[in-house]
Amino acid sequence: MQTRTQPEGREPLEGREPPKILGGFFHEIAKNRLIYAMALPGLAFFFLFNYLPMAGIVVAFKNYKFSDGLFGSAWRNPWYQNFEFFFKSGAYVQLTRNTLLLNTAFIVFGTIFSVVLAIMINELIFRRAKKALQAGILMPYFISWVVVGVFSYALFNFDYGTINVLLKSLGFQPVNWYNDASLWPPILTVVHIWKNTGYTSIIYIAALAGIDPSYYEAARIDGASKFQQIRYINLPQLWPTVTTMTLLSVGRIMNADFGMFYSIVGQNPMLYPTADVIDTYVYRTLRTLGDVGMSSAVGFYQSCVAFVLVLGSNWLARRYQPDGSLF
Amino acid sequence: MIQAKNERALNGFFLAVLLLFALFCVAPYLLVLAGSFTYEGELVKSGLRLVPKQWSADAYKLLFSDFGRVATGYKNTVLVTSAGTVISLLINSMLAYALSKRACKYRGALGFYCYFTMLFSGGIVPWYIVCAQYLGLRNNIWALILPYAASAWYMFLLRNYFKSLPEEIGESATIDGASEPRIFFTIILPLSLPALASVGLFVALMYWNDWWLGIMLTEEARLMPLQLLLRSIVSNIQFMTGENASRIIGSAVKLPSEGIKYAATIITIGPILLLYPFIQKYFVKGLMVGAVKG
Repeated sequence: MQTRTQPEGREPLEGREPPKILGGFFHEIAKNRLIYAMALPGLAFFFLFNYLPMAGIVVAFKNYKFSDGLFGSAWRNPWYQNFEFFFKSGAYVQLTRNTLLLNTAFIVFGTIFSVVLAIMINELIFRRAKKALQAGILMPYFISWVVVGVFSYALFNFDYGTINVLLKSLGFQPVNWYNDASLWPPILTVVHIWKNTGYTSIIYIAALAGIDPSYYEAARIDGASKFQQIRYINLPQLWPTVTTMTLLSVGRIMNADFGMFYSIVGQNPMLYPTADVIDTYVYRTLRTLGDVGMSSAVGFYQSCVAFVLVLGSNWLARRYQPDGSLF
Repeated sequence: MIQAKNERALNGFFLAVLLLFALFCVAPYLLVLAGSFTYEGELVKSGLRLVPKQWSADAYKLLFSDFGRVATGYKNTVLVTSAGTVISLLINSMLAYALSKRACKYRGALGFYCYFTMLFSGGIVPWYIVCAQYLGLRNNIWALILPYAASAWYMFLLRNYFKSLPEEIGESATIDGASEPRIFFTIILPLSLPALASVGLFVALMYWNDWWLGIMLTEEARLMPLQLLLRSIVSNIQFMTGENASRIIGSAVKLPSEGIKYAATIITIGPILLLYPFIQKYFVKGLMVGAVKG
């Protein structure tokens, strides 16, 4: 498997003639056997939990039977049978649209918000307040989506949710949040910002901390105001990090955060028009309907589009940001 | 002069905005904490309040009346988190060390082998079939640990750290005849404690907060981790049979069916909240390292 990889494996050893490719491979393994032995458990785990499922993707074209297993089950005829319902019913339009739109909103608003926050925190002169605020803002990052689900239930449930109680006490009609699909894209965006801004803003703060202080000195001597400094020093210096982080998220734009949707939206068909995403659909098809063929077909569609997007964004990153590139 | 004044005003404005956002981040915790101690009658009438009018510990009483269930949840989560963190750090750091050695000729190809797992995935269906049908990870505690053990992201973070250590450290030990695993365990690992602590905290948090492995690969109540216990309490309105509950709380009182959701939440996030002030700065450090080198 690895014979085709590294030509340097053939480096001549003192006093011996260079071994042949295959010999070189065994020679290298034998020479550094303890090093390779240390690598082995990790490599085996990737094989079992990542590469086997990748090969198992063929199940999207099969009529999976438990007794015949992943690779033994018969092929579908015609080969696209598992995909038929997903594409003919038009389900893919709504799911792809929801996934892409919601993730785009998360990326755009999330980035703007964390950059603004990072700049504000960076500018603060009150040291102790800085630390405390950062700790507060990072707090939501530490809890699971299940807990966030309880929080959102406490806020939004119709009868005694905090928001409705507040509305009623102010003399407004309570809102039936869990019945109105149009409300959820903004709510989910706010929840996403709430949970992740602390995390992403730290990355931007790290980038801001790396700015050469002499820039600011020069700007001050020239009489630049704080706003001008932010506009002409901070933002341009942040730009590479912003691009890298954005491209990283764009690469994952087809993959919705399953935990978020499953915990907050749950299995509520009223909200599916705007808040059902590919990952929740795959999960439902697999666990509720038990349809291995169709769920794996949808997963296959998702994985392929995602792969193209990852490669594309990586290519862009390398092109525009040679040293800020992702990998 | 004017500029200094302006700057102070600007700073005050920033501080105000940040304070508001920090409050927004922390408020749900406080609301739910207060809610877990609020009398049920008040909860269903006027919702959550930062300071309840009528305090009550009924929700906790009801929650702990089924002590075995809560204890099982804790036991599972603590076990999975500690075992998972140790196993994951061991596997990832050994692999990272091997890939950081220049003597390892195939490190480029092997690095790509690990990296590719971040680019492409087979999706959850084949993953589920492989785990459940072929690897026997179904309804046992390993199912909650092993699938997350190897992670390319953390592995590369550790490899970058090992690479940044001066090479002479290992070299002198090699001359003295120490083997690579020995060098790794007795010299490199102790030197890498800061990196291991940061990565370890991220891994531990991932295991503590995980419920995906639980819903996918287990069905039995004895394996239920804390997060799934919370989930089942939130989605089952009736935590236990009415009769039983009224015996514990007293039949005249309203059953804390709302309050128990909040009490269970506090129980689930309690340990993290208690540790938070101490571990928070390691997270920030770890993130900064990841940001610079990732």
